[in-house]
Amino acid sequence: MDKILEILSENSSFSVKELSLMLGEPEDYISAQIKEYEQTGIIRGYQAIVDTDKLSDAGVTAIIELKVTPKKETGFEELAEKIMAFEEVTSLYLMAGSFDFAVFVKGKTIQDVASFVAKRISCVDGVIATATHFMLKTYKKGGVCLFGDSDPSDGRSMVL
Amino acid sequence: MDYSKHINKTISGVKPSGIRKFFDIAVEMDNVISLSIGEPDFKTPWHIRQAGIESLERGKTFYTPNRGLFELRKEISNYYFRRFNLSYIPETEVLVTVGGSEGIDLAFRTLVNRGDEVLIPQPAFVCYEPLAEMAGGVPVIIETKEENNFRLTKEELEAAITDKTTMLVLPFPNNPTGAIMEKKHLEEIAEVIIFFFIDTATTEIYAELTYGGKEHVSVASIDGMKERTVIVSGFSKAYAMTGWRLGYILGPAEILTQTTKLHQYGIMSSPTTAQYAAIEAMKNGDNDIKDMRSDYDIRRRLIVGKLNEIGLTCFEPLGAFYTFPCIRSTGLSSDEFATRLVKEKRVAVVPGNAFGECGEGFVRISYAQSLKNIKIALKRIEDFVKELKDEG
Repeated sequence: MDKILEILSENSSFSVKELSLMLGEPEDYISAQIKEYEQTGIIRGYQAIVDTDKLSDAGVTAIIELKVTPKKETGFEELAEKIMAFEEVTSLYLMAGSFDFAVFVKGKTIQDVASFVAKRISCVDGVIATATHFMLKTYKKGGVCLFGDSDPSDGRSMVL
Repeated sequence: MDYSKHINKTISGVKPSGIRKFFDIAVEMDNVISLSIGEPDFKTPWHIRQAGIESLERGKTFYTPNRGLFELRKEISNYYFRRFNLSYIPETEVLVTVGGSEGIDLAFRTLVNRGDEVLIPQPAFVCYEPLAEMAGGVPVIIETKEENNFRLTKEELEAAITDKTTMLVLPFPNNPTGAIMEKKHLEEIAEVIIFFFIDTATTEIYAELTYGGKEHVSVASIDGMKERTVIVSGFSKAYAMTGWRLGYILGPAEILTQTTKLHQYGIMSSPTTAQYAAIEAMKNGDNDIKDMRSDYDIRRRLIVGKLNEIGLTCFEPLGAFYTFPCIRSTGLSSDEFATRLVKEKRVAVVPGNAFGECGEGFVRISYAQSLKNIKIALKRIEDFVKELKDEG
């Protein structure tokens, strides 16, 4: 992966000027590269990694394993489009293995998610089975460890 | 009880490390971002750790030969040839030690006689002076200068030599300044070293961490130097293996035979598990070094660029993982700067004078820290310097 992408995917808060310092490339070049990544859809957005466990109104997250019958002509794509259109769905992956789609769903309460599964997603044409797993705790997210305190010390001792 | 009569006078005369005092302040505080630590923030690469684990699983829990596992000595010898074009015979010219630190201690104790003057360029890592003294030597400090990018010059070396001088320590790439010695500069000082028949201990623990297209050159590779040089190096910095405690000495067989006696009686053999891990490091670790070096380089550029922007002028360090900015523009001493910075902004850096008096006016900032924390720390340093200006 290009160094710009490597740095930004770990921490998108670095400015063009900082990237230019770090990589020894002119700012114009960095700006142009980022713009190109954005335009070609390699960079799709910039998000903060939020530790939702710390929020009182975080709601619940579930992973739904979905088994489907792919459509004759469009395969999984048509179904994927339908499923990702639901507002409740935060991420969607096509999987290899014992089920087809991994659907990440967010709701205010367990009942919300349950009703979403029962009334919406199960009713999509082509869906044959669902298995819903609720997340209990987040330890690591987007490469960042959320478990433990946020003290920046890392276990190294000051020895000499 | 009065212990003064019981304790060795040389050791009680050695002053405690200047960094220690400062660390005691920093350690009491919460939320401190430490740019003061002299070890990689990376964990040892997994395949190296695994080799250590495997050796344990296979029950390799015994002493190794005194000089170290032969396979490891062979790998070290191959490595020095591959990287620095120097050949050492694994049987007689390689000794595996407990970290580079033991290597430095052994080098002094093998090469120094009572009253010999040992030349130590400073700023430098804190161990040289006390260890030279404990070996019976008389440390003679050579102060390197910022205007020479903290390298040792021929003139400085010549000026320090007396008829008692027997040994020179060459600590490059340098902790704390990040200075390196290029081939042409080594050639200049080699002339002097050879002319005056001085032994050289070159500490090359940061040899793999050089930047800006500059490759480390060992002074032993300069004509006429190999026979009067011992190289001290190790696995800690290159492979992020500090906790394994493993290093090595390379040098003429006649010297290493004596060094080996000291190691044999004092240590027996270096840690066995670490030696198995180190074999894997030398065989398959080149890419790990490349990746870590590339990450250090990114951080180095960011820190140097920002420090200069903030007004803490900083020559471009081309080795190790330290920057050594001048803080005189703030009107504070090194101690005041570091103490106030950690108390007021929760960023720990080491006062430059901990590495010798000539380090006064500077601080050591380590970039063995994540980019994320470096970014936050730099902002805090910027705020600190701004507030100082407003005060003044």
